[in-house]
Amino acid sequence: MSLLEIRDLKIYYRTPRGPVKAVDGVSFDVREGEVFGIAGESGCGKSTLVHSLILRKPPMFHAGGEAIFKGKDLMKLSEEEARKIRYTELSIIPQYAMNALNPTKKIKDIVWDLAREHGYEDRSEVEGLLRERLAMVKLSPKVADMYPVELSGGMRQRATMVVSTLLNPDLLIADEVTSALDVTTQRVVIELLHHFMEEGIVKSIIFVTHDLALLDKIADRTMILYAGKVAEIAPTEEMISSPAHPYTKLLLESLPKIGVRYKETKLNGIPGYPISLLNPPKGCRFYTRCPYVMDRCREEEPPLVEVGDDHYAACHLLGGENQ
Amino acid sequence: MGFRRYLAQKTAVYAITFLFAVTINWLLPRLMPGNPIEAMIESNLNLGPGEKEILIRFYEDLYGLNEPLWRQFVNFWVRLFHGDLGYSLLYKAPVWDLIRHSLPYDIVILLPAIALSWIVGNWLGAIAGKNRRYDRWMMPLFYFLASMPYFWFAMLLVYFIGVKLGWLPYQGAYDPSLVPGLNWEFIKSFLSHWILPFLSLFVVMIGSWAIGMRNMIIYELEADYVRYLEALGASEKLMTKHAYRNAILPQVTGLALQLGLMVAGAIATEIVFNYPGIGILLMNAALSQDYFLLQGAFLMVVISVLAANFIIDIVYAFIDPRVRASYTEG
Amino acid sequence: MARESRLYKFRLALKNNKFRFGFGLLLFFIIFAIIGPLFTPFAGDGLYYEKLPGSNMEVATYSTRTLPPMTRETLITYSGRHVEVLHILGTDKLGRDVYAQLVYGLRTSLWIATLAAIIGTLLGITIGFVAGYRGGLTDELLMMFVNIMLVIPSIVLLILVAAYLEARSPEIQALIIGLTGWPWVARAVRSQTLSLKNREFVNLARLAGLSDLRIIFGEIMPNMISYIFMVGILQFSGAILASATLDFIGLGPTTAVSLGTILQKAIAHNALQFGWWWWFIPPGLIITLIITALFFINLGMEEVFNPRLRRGGE
Repeated sequence: MSLLEIRDLKIYYRTPRGPVKAVDGVSFDVREGEVFGIAGESGCGKSTLVHSLILRKPPMFHAGGEAIFKGKDLMKLSEEEARKIRYTELSIIPQYAMNALNPTKKIKDIVWDLAREHGYEDRSEVEGLLRERLAMVKLSPKVADMYPVELSGGMRQRATMVVSTLLNPDLLIADEVTSALDVTTQRVVIELLHHFMEEGIVKSIIFVTHDLALLDKIADRTMILYAGKVAEIAPTEEMISSPAHPYTKLLLESLPKIGVRYKETKLNGIPGYPISLLNPPKGCRFYTRCPYVMDRCREEEPPLVEVGDDHYAACHLLGGENQ
Repeated sequence: MGFRRYLAQKTAVYAITFLFAVTINWLLPRLMPGNPIEAMIESNLNLGPGEKEILIRFYEDLYGLNEPLWRQFVNFWVRLFHGDLGYSLLYKAPVWDLIRHSLPYDIVILLPAIALSWIVGNWLGAIAGKNRRYDRWMMPLFYFLASMPYFWFAMLLVYFIGVKLGWLPYQGAYDPSLVPGLNWEFIKSFLSHWILPFLSLFVVMIGSWAIGMRNMIIYELEADYVRYLEALGASEKLMTKHAYRNAILPQVTGLALQLGLMVAGAIATEIVFNYPGIGILLMNAALSQDYFLLQGAFLMVVISVLAANFIIDIVYAFIDPRVRASYTEG
Repeated sequence: MARESRLYKFRLALKNNKFRFGFGLLLFFIIFAIIGPLFTPFAGDGLYYEKLPGSNMEVATYSTRTLPPMTRETLITYSGRHVEVLHILGTDKLGRDVYAQLVYGLRTSLWIATLAAIIGTLLGITIGFVAGYRGGLTDELLMMFVNIMLVIPSIVLLILVAAYLEARSPEIQALIIGLTGWPWVARAVRSQTLSLKNREFVNLARLAGLSDLRIIFGEIMPNMISYIFMVGILQFSGAILASATLDFIGLGPTTAVSLGTILQKAIAHNALQFGWWWWFIPPGLIITLIITALFFINLGMEEVFNPRLRRGGE
């Protein structure tokens, strides 16, 4: 059952030179009980996509499509309705999780300030829950009485994860939470996210990263974005074992592998740079860098087609004509 | 535990600063060309040629100027701790007495001006920082205010309100025909003389507080923790509350940094209003080369500013956990 | 590449409205100080001088009337000639032309502030650089000194020093102001140096075996130019204010007219009580506007170099 259905969503940025089409007609589902990975190079629109679900502040604006979350279109909610959904039903662990907590407020005060705004009335209940959850992520319950400045970076990261999930949101967005971390801390974060799922604290997670190797460890299904469009959606294992889209293939090949000496074998990068989203070309957005480019790719945009069980990709090589 | 170390460290720094200030005070007249005592006597008294030499010898003996330098330095300190700041030739009174009588006037205009301008300035600055519409015309006004020399604004007040409109008195601290005392008439006179000097400092100070607060608020409203609150569905009010708190804390340190400039403003302002504070003493001492008075007034101002800074440092450590965290870490 | 972007930012600064406003206003006063004397026959002390025929001697003509702005007056000179003159901003208590004093006073004040800003900035840069670059004990000691100087209100130190000096030229005043103004610069430059010192390109230069001086002037300095310029601007405005305050207390230059000394004389001659507004309003207004202009220059530059403070509008 789908928790979130995104249909042909378009999120643009207003600029003096015209709209930048950061997310341009993306569709996918996030099912209940799954971790949904979103990957792509920086600037592909993945961050814009997830942030637009929570908050669209100028110059970002909604240019079309819908995002149905538990039966309501997030794009059509009034400001007050949207505010109420945030945190209680739809929450986020931001990229800057280490600095997300106000340094001059005790953690319990930050939590209480937020909880009160979402209709909670019993302060001791909220604080009790906070201490319980802190203990769950192996922090001392006393952390609740401390100021974020008194904690180390890693502790702040975990504290933010607790704060973000405290009110048991149905959908949790983890936006590049692991990017700034070293490998061991990355592992801790991933384990905690797993734990949140197992304990039923959150129903589903959208995990955004530019690191494909990481998705293998956490995501049930993965979506690859390129220049604001979906390139491929598939169960993660299948995507890694048999990628369909040329971009996915190149992305996987570009991952450094253990046991390969790059002195001898050159690292396979993807040649060229992503296109400008200000005036994207009309055909396939990847044709400028695609090794298999055909005449058709320059003219016609490839549709998303099913290439296997629950496996979709958008490429003319996969025979999109019989749609 | 950490706080004691912080306190000790701050105390040491201020003690060294005090030492340094006193040393400068002692050293300067000895470094300058010419003989200050001679200059002082010449510019103050009409004496016969023989009398002058006797007086010079008297003062040199009195202050041990013929002794070795280190001895003079020690004596200087000893006298300082006995509250002996020397004797003012200009006022014919001990320097310490003069300062003791002037200091209350400084406190009575400076303290309320600083405190109230801090509150009002921060409030206005916060409004400008939050609201772009006000910001457009308030910002230039703040900058104009902050650019004004205190004494020039004081002159404008005297001219327009005191002279042209004749609403308020603008010379001295009270009506010279009254004897200071706790009676209604004196208090009324004192208050009406107090308004203009206070206003001149208060209004100009608002400018710099408002500028500081406005910039801090803009900075804080874009900080990560505010974005996080917003993403978790905090109301506008809550985000503002958190940002204000963090923006206003550094303004407390601003208080310490601005103090020197405000003292300068107060000195010049007192001259405009002929308000009998340390500023007037300083000016008269400087102009008639009354060096003991000059040194005494200098010391008094430095000690007051140091004390104020020290208090602000301590208070700040209590109210801002960021500072507390930085000293407990080491 | 770095240079190109700096040039680009400089061009951006020229497009910034705040920078333009401030820079334009400052330029106006500088030009005014330069060409202002062309519009008045009076000398810097506000007196009318006549060259005696057949010699190089010049004799002043005194008048004692206090006149409002734009008044014409007929002076009778030493040689008995009748000269009709225009007092653009009236005259002071002693009949001297206020406009002439203002223009020459502005020159003095700008000169003092420029000198003081250069002295203060250079001193501050040197000390800040050494402290930040050397680190260790040198840093600790220098910073302790800087902090001490920051806490002692510079104005009372200035009063103390100025009072001991019998004759004070504008240059001496600039020197003592510069000598008390540097701690702010030192502190700012030190923190910048600290952050730049460990950047990759500096480490690279160090690995390449460049000397400290080459690193400082070749690698660190160019990256701080805009910052140093901003700090220098603040020094300049601080110096204008300090100089005016000193002058106003009566410790100004004894050899020249400045904006502050005009104000001091106005107070001393009770210009406020007599309502001679043209004597004390223009000098103070000029000081205020110059400082406002400097604020706006800094603000504009800060918006360009530190975009977080930038706000819509463009």
